[in-house]
Amino acid sequence: MKVTIVDYSSGNISSVINSFKEVAQNKATIEVTSDLNKLKSSDKIVLPGQGSFKSCVDALNKLSGLNDTLNEFVIANKKPLLGICVGLQMFADVGYEETETKGLGWISGKVSKIDNQNGKFKLPHIGWNQINILKDSKILNEVQNNSHMYFVHSYEFVPNDKNVISATTDYSSNIVCAVEKENIFGTQFHPEKSDKIGLKIIQNFINL
Amino acid sequence: MLKNRIIPCLDVKNGRVVKGINFVDLKDAGDPVEQAKIYSDGGADEICFLDITASNENRDTIYNVVEKTSKKCFVPLTVGGGVRSVDDISKLLNCGADKVSINTAAVNNKQVVVESSKKFGSQCIVVAIDAKKNGDVWEIYTHGGRNKTGIDALKFAKEMEKSGAGELLVTSMDRDGTQVGYDIDLMSKITSAVNIPVIASGGVGTLDHLVDGIKLGNASAVLAASIFHYGKYSVKQAKEYLDSKGIPVRI
Repeated sequence: MKVTIVDYSSGNISSVINSFKEVAQNKATIEVTSDLNKLKSSDKIVLPGQGSFKSCVDALNKLSGLNDTLNEFVIANKKPLLGICVGLQMFADVGYEETETKGLGWISGKVSKIDNQNGKFKLPHIGWNQINILKDSKILNEVQNNSHMYFVHSYEFVPNDKNVISATTDYSSNIVCAVEKENIFGTQFHPEKSDKIGLKIIQNFINL
Repeated sequence: MLKNRIIPCLDVKNGRVVKGINFVDLKDAGDPVEQAKIYSDGGADEICFLDITASNENRDTIYNVVEKTSKKCFVPLTVGGGVRSVDDISKLLNCGADKVSINTAAVNNKQVVVESSKKFGSQCIVVAIDAKKNGDVWEIYTHGGRNKTGIDALKFAKEMEKSGAGELLVTSMDRDGTQVGYDIDLMSKITSAVNIPVIASGGVGTLDHLVDGIKLGNASAVLAASIFHYGKYSVKQAKEYLDSKGIPVRI
């Protein structure tokens, strides 16, 4: 089993690397790379992302051929991919952070700023919040409803087809925090920073 | 519902914890990695390291500590103390810190906050504000509270929010180390002035002080050092107490 974390200058990914290595031990190989051939030969890909939607999309586009490789992996070959935080947001058609930016378009929808009800709620949404599990999801296997996960974000993914939503969280409104569409998985929260229950999600993904 | 966070803070000097926890099962009371692990296993929502290493030669030791801790603790890790430049922030993040707290450098040159939040995202930039009451206003101090700046803390808080800080860590210099409670007046003024989360710090001596920081000061998170270090309370006890007072916590 070879799990590859995409290294595309998307901000701080050391915690993602540490958590995947901790979970994998010697059951899976965790590689961190932007090498297209290595990505192609992976069994699974993790797409992390921190900072703004635009900065992450720009960083993806900067690496020649990376977009095509990811599209082939996910759309043509239907292999599993996990997007974390902005990594999940980039599944959308379009994002509105900084300026209107085209996303990967894997799950139809948009990424817009969380409505904080005129300052009634602080932004970023930082800290531990509970998730409401809406459907059976392979990566949420054995994760109890209302489990706490660690969040840090100001923008939210709003998918057009609500059937892709596997969990939401309550803040100023109901925020989509986990999606699953066939082989495509995403979490808005950070499983790598969500203690044992977060590591369970990583384990579920590795074991898919 | 979003939970209020409890953040134990460890003072680290030359790679060792200065004020250790008095736990019997602790093999090495000075090892920050082992102490951070105890806190995270005990339910800490986040761990904070404050590097108080005085000499520049020993600064590399903190990178080593952060690297080892981030391989063992899977809750957010915030590191502050002596962070001077975007390059320092980059190094700490690469070692496994999730957030970096900036104090003196933010006061001297707000571009450090502007640039680093652009480069790494606001989510990892915490601006630490050390403030002391002077008449009717609070004044910012730098260099670990040694230098007076004449800058108004409320104005500075708003400016840091605009510059891209994702959170503010507000310490009352009057209360720090006194164990008489947070400066609630300062906390509530800052929390109502900005729209980003505020972490209250400085002066915790009892669990009721944590309650006050959240209920009266409107802090999103409470940071404390001595009450946890000396084993007076565990993080678990603190959370159970907050829960009994109707404060939402992760249990």
